[in-house]
Order: sequence, then structure tokens, then C-alpha cells
Amino acid sequence: MSFDEIQLIRMIVAVVATALFVAASVIFLVYLERKVAGHVHRRPGPFEVGPHGMLQTVADAVKLLSKQPLKPDGADPVLFWLAPIAAFAPTLLLLLPIPFGPILTGFEVNLGLLLILAFSGINVLALCLAGWGSDNKWAMLGAARSVAQAVGYEIPLLLAVLAVTFTSGTLNLSEMVAQQGPYPWHWNIMTQPLAFFIYFVCAVAETNRNPFDLPEAESELTAGFHTEYSGMGFGLFFLAEYTNMIVVCSVCTALFLGGWQGPFLPGFWWFLAKMYVLLLVMMWFRWTFPRLRFDQLLNLNWKWLLPLSLLNLLGTALVMKLF
Amino acid sequence: MNALRKMGEDVLGLWSLVKGLKITGAFFFSKQVTVHYPRAGVDNLATFRGPIELVPNPEDPAGPLCIACMTCAATCPTGAILVVKKNALKPVDAAPDQNKTARKAPKGPAKFTYDYTLCCQCGLCAENCPKGAIRFSGNPYCASINKKDFEFDLLEKFRMNMD
Repeated sequence: MSFDEIQLIRMIVAVVATALFVAASVIFLVYLERKVAGHVHRRPGPFEVGPHGMLQTVADAVKLLSKQPLKPDGADPVLFWLAPIAAFAPTLLLLLPIPFGPILTGFEVNLGLLLILAFSGINVLALCLAGWGSDNKWAMLGAARSVAQAVGYEIPLLLAVLAVTFTSGTLNLSEMVAQQGPYPWHWNIMTQPLAFFIYFVCAVAETNRNPFDLPEAESELTAGFHTEYSGMGFGLFFLAEYTNMIVVCSVCTALFLGGWQGPFLPGFWWFLAKMYVLLLVMMWFRWTFPRLRFDQLLNLNWKWLLPLSLLNLLGTALVMKLF
Repeated sequence: MNALRKMGEDVLGLWSLVKGLKITGAFFFSKQVTVHYPRAGVDNLATFRGPIELVPNPEDPAGPLCIACMTCAATCPTGAILVVKKNALKPVDAAPDQNKTARKAPKGPAKFTYDYTLCCQCGLCAENCPKGAIRFSGNPYCASINKKDFEFDLLEKFRMNMD
């Protein structure tokens, strides 16, 4: 077999493996989210289906699958059905360049970070299509909000990531992880704490999670961009949201928290543990902070995160040049 | 200067976010207050307002303390209570000019029905009862799929005692 064929087979295996990983993770994450919500409210969360409610999400998934996908009369048939697919399809690709372990990378590419940042932009387009195609004012408003939000928060996120790439000198995530060490004082978060902070805030905003969940603000917009979706149409959006959470937390782990580096345990478990800690923090945020107002959301971005990330980038460049 | 102070305030405001995280974090690890109902029951029923019930007469536990004054039925804002007095004695034929007070009705309800579906648990009936003959039962598990099951005859328990 030629090298190309081996690469192709490797990629196919990786895509199937990531699809399975995503499906299993999302099922678990939804369960975890509801458990966290429950415990924060001092109630048990899902408890009745399966031991400690473990099968609740499986039951919910079956319910979603068996529901009829409906389309409103005025909706654009092509855009309406394209949107959930466009939301979910790129998310599998996003997990390919992420190093889950020393050799556990689906697609070893020297521009891995750029690939992730580029393809994560498609999600915004999907939300926009969903909002436009639904022929619903709530959906339209949600889509408009999501575009303003995503465009705004992408910039500080990119600048924060850029500061880290300055210090590491590579866009290959595997190499970036390899440059860091097993203990916290070896990690990039020690040299770039501000970048980590900005990245994490932007990541929460990019995945439309609380307190930045304006595109799907229940109390104002019913369900925002996915108001008109039922069954698996909604299911795919849901799946995409949780997969995006996994992606941003994986990238954060690789960039700032030393990726698979860690003592004693094999690399994969360290990566998973760090990723899940970040996911838990995101859930913790969700059940603590109230939703921002739209002007607050944009002010936070343009008046705080953007100047801060620019300063951080300039400072990093200066330090890199001087020392 | 003002702008700088505003900025400083905003940065200090971040501390409130940490405070919020502390509160929810503490709740996450504290004891749950929700009870797994069919497997466990609640214990603090002292202040629980279930459907109302009639207090038995301490002198005659087989009968209610109620004197059928109708105050409860009159004060009930939702009209959930229906009281029917015991009938007055028939006027004695031999004494047509007898005073009305002489043929006093026995003080007590002939019928006391209560529709739990209408009740708003405001407690006005229990509060206004001159004899203190109404109280909230501590029954938290009052549930049914039939609306008729919530139309209680509050005298029933006394009748059952008689049998």
C-alpha cells in the first residue's frame, strides 16, 4: 500500500472513531449536564430511567429519533433541511487534528489549529441558514444575534490563540502539546494566563452557551434559531452544540493545559480528564450566571476582550523579541 | 479619570462572578433537599397545608367541634366549602306563640363538603373559625386521576367512627 492509501484508511478509521466518540460523549454530557443542573439546584436530577438515571439520555435520543420532522409552510425547503446538516457535518472534522494521545491523532497536519478555526466558522452559517430558512421571527432574531456574536467573539479568540502560537512557533497541535510538560508549571497557561482567560470566555460565547446563549434565549425567543425544528432536525443542532463544546475544550486542553501530558497515567486519560474538567466548568457557568443583555454582550467583546487580547499579543511579541 | 474609575469598577465586578460560582459550587456539594417520593417520604409536615379537615370535639370525639356557623363557607374566596346546618326542631303545636329561641337548632353541621380542586389553601377558613374547628391535614400525598376524588365529605370520618 502506498503512503496515501494508508493515510486515507487512517482518516476513515479516525472519522468513524470520532463519530462514535462524539455520540458516546454527547449522550454522557447531556446526562452530566442535567446531573450538574440538578445538584446545583439541590435536587437529584434524572434518576428514574436506569440506575441513577443513566439511561435518561438514551430514552430522550430514542424519543427524538422517533418524532416526525416537521417543516413550516413558509419555510425554504432546501435551506431549512440543509441547516442542521451544515451544523453537524463539520464538527466531526474539527476533532480530526486534535491529539488525544501521543500517537492518537486522526489527521496529523501542520496547520491543525487553523483547520479547526476555519471549519468552526461553518456553525455560524448553519445557524444563519436555520434562522433565515425557518420563516419565523424568533428564529430570524436568533440567527441575527448569533452572527453578531460569533463574528465579534471570533476575533479575540483568534488573537488569544495567536499569542500562544507566537510562543510555540507552530500551528500543529501535536507539536504544541509535545512542547509542554507533564506538570502544571510546564503548561502554556503559566506563560499565557490572559490568553487562556480570553480563549475560555470566547469559547463559551462561540458555542452559544450560558451566559452567552442569546441566539437561543428561551425566555425571549422561544428557542431562537431552532424554534421550528422538531425530531432529529433539532437533535442535530443539539448534537452539534455539544460536539462544539467538546472541540473547544479539547483545543483549550491542547493549547493551554498540556494536552495528553501528565504523570503516571497514559496520555489519553489525562487528555480526557482535563477536557472534562473544562466541560464541567462550562456547565458550572451555565447554572450560575444569568444571560447577558445583547448590548452587554457586544460591549464585553469590543471594549474588553478585543483590547485585552491585542495588548496580550503585543506584549507576547515584545517579550519574544527581547528575550 | 471617571472612565478609569468605571473600568476599575468593572474589573472589581468580576469578583461577583466568583462569588456566584462559590454559591452554586457549595450547593453542588451540599445535601439535596428533594425527596425520592415513592421510596422515601417527607418529614417536615408541621407547616404543610394539605386538604382541610374537621377537628373532633374534645368532649365528644365522635362529633366535630364545628357549630355550623357558616363563617368558613362565607369567607372562602373560592367557594370550596359547603356547610348545611342541622335542621331546627319542628315548632311545638301546643305552643304557637312560643319564642323562636326556644326551638333552638342543634349546633352542628348536617353536611360539610369540601372541594379540594377549588381550594387555594389560603387558610382563611381555619383562621376565621370561631371554634378553631378547621385545620389543615398533613397529608401531602393527596393525588388522583379522577377529579371526583377531591370532593371530600369531611363528616365521613365521624360517621365511620360511629359505626
